Amino acid sequence: MCLMRHGQRRTEWRPLMAATAGLWLAVGAAAAQPDTHRQQQLVRLVRQDCGSCHGMKLTGGLGPALTREALADRTVDTLASTIFHGRPGTPMPPWRSIISEGDATWIAERLLAGFPQEAR
Amino acid sequence: MSGWRWLTAALLSALTAWLAGCASPGIGPSPAGTGDLGVVVERASGTLAIVNTSRRLALGKVAGLGDLSHASVVFSRDGASAYVFGRDGALTRVNLLTRRTEARVQQAGNSIGGAISQDGTLVAAQNYQPGGIKVFDAKTLTLVADIPAEYAPGKLSRVVGLADLPGRRFIFSLFDAGQIWIADLSGPGAPVLTKFENVGSQPYDALLTPDGRHYIAGLFGEDGLAMIDLWAERPVVRRILAGYGRGEVPLPVFKMPHLRGWAVAGRLAYLPAIGRHEVLVVDTESWLEVARIAVAGQPVFVIAQPDGRQVWVNFAVPNYDQVQVIDTLTRQVVRTLQPGKAVLHMEFTPRGDTVWISSRDANHVSVIDTRSFETLATLPLEAPSGVFFTSRAARLGF
Repeated sequence: MCLMRHGQRRTEWRPLMAATAGLWLAVGAAAAQPDTHRQQQLVRLVRQDCGSCHGMKLTGGLGPALTREALADRTVDTLASTIFHGRPGTPMPPWRSIISEGDATWIAERLLAGFPQEAR
Repeated sequence: MSGWRWLTAALLSALTAWLAGCASPGIGPSPAGTGDLGVVVERASGTLAIVNTSRRLALGKVAGLGDLSHASVVFSRDGASAYVFGRDGALTRVNLLTRRTEARVQQAGNSIGGAISQDGTLVAAQNYQPGGIKVFDAKTLTLVADIPAEYAPGKLSRVVGLADLPGRRFIFSLFDAGQIWIADLSGPGAPVLTKFENVGSQPYDALLTPDGRHYIAGLFGEDGLAMIDLWAERPVVRRILAGYGRGEVPLPVFKMPHLRGWAVAGRLAYLPAIGRHEVLVVDTESWLEVARIAVAGQPVFVIAQPDGRQVWVNFAVPNYDQVQVIDTLTRQVVRTLQPGKAVLHMEFTPRGDTVWISSRDANHVSVIDTRSFETLATLPLEAPSGVFFTSRAARLGF
């Protein structure tokens, strides 16, 4: 078998996502909300570092657009789960080594509400 | 002649001489060359800083260039104009000497970069939305050809890895289709397309070797890279470094590596691994793996000094406050520098005496001596990303 790293799991991600989203409900709800300082760091992280694929204005690039309109049919749980666990078969990596579950939930909530600009 | 009259006459003749002097060539501000000029993208404010690499300072800024969050730049062959490709699909030609915008076209919804033809007459943009490339007259920015990357009926692929090939041709990769296309615009009619299919899963970027012979596309979806020998009578795609991950669980890739800005030093190419904190070294004669070098994080840019003596590497978040230097004789990391948080790009002055490194979160560009590793200057710039010098105008694939 060739060493396909990501593509081989392409057909499996949807059920996997459903499973992890379920897990998210159980675990993520109890996670702590980031404080104000951490929120500022997260806004910068999303705008600048997620921005390298999703665009600084979150209008999309190699990754899809993350504007409020583009995410209209998503839930906080599925988004938070995608952020935390990544999305196998795509370039979306799991961010769990950099952010907490509470961070991921907060980012998902802000994305659905229209993501804030960085304080300047 | 009274004193007053004499003074008036003297002043008049001086004025006449001064006016005549202004009109004649050679007097007044001396004409400037462009060989030591360059630009730095200030990504957050949509601004281009024009820099002088001899004086190590910013000469001025050109604003109003839109969303520059993934901006890249190519240069006209006289080195006087920078073509800026914005994330928002705008293509702008900026004159470095006048620091003015000369032409601007909103050519796509989402763009990732571009290339200029060998003869300097055509500029091509590679687009995500709508997926494909568009080719423009380099002088006027009027559209010459629109080439949608339609790989199945109604399906357009995002385009990456665009490079110029000799003879008014462009080569590029289709991320969503796993294909590489060549568009030949040398004839009078519509562009002639040559398509390579099944090159591998998710080509994410590509490079052209300095001699223009080999095009190498990195693959995100599998271990290995796709390589084409363009000098072959019938070019075919060949897989190189297949299975470099050897079945290990990949590390998360928080930023896609960039392959343009090649690292070919002597007969060896230094390439970023995907999902591994390694630089892969491949022999460009046999295309076999020679070595792999452990580095501080997921490599983003792996760039050889112009003389090939050292290779410089920067990294994805969270290791992006470091830059490592590989000695090409020993193939070992000889230095780890910390020029500032969020290093995004590195560019060498034409003969490699200094490297300019942008640190986005430190809001500066460091000018570092490539022999002593001393910081010679620090330019305060707002959230700097790409650094591009006019010496790119003279290089294939840039």
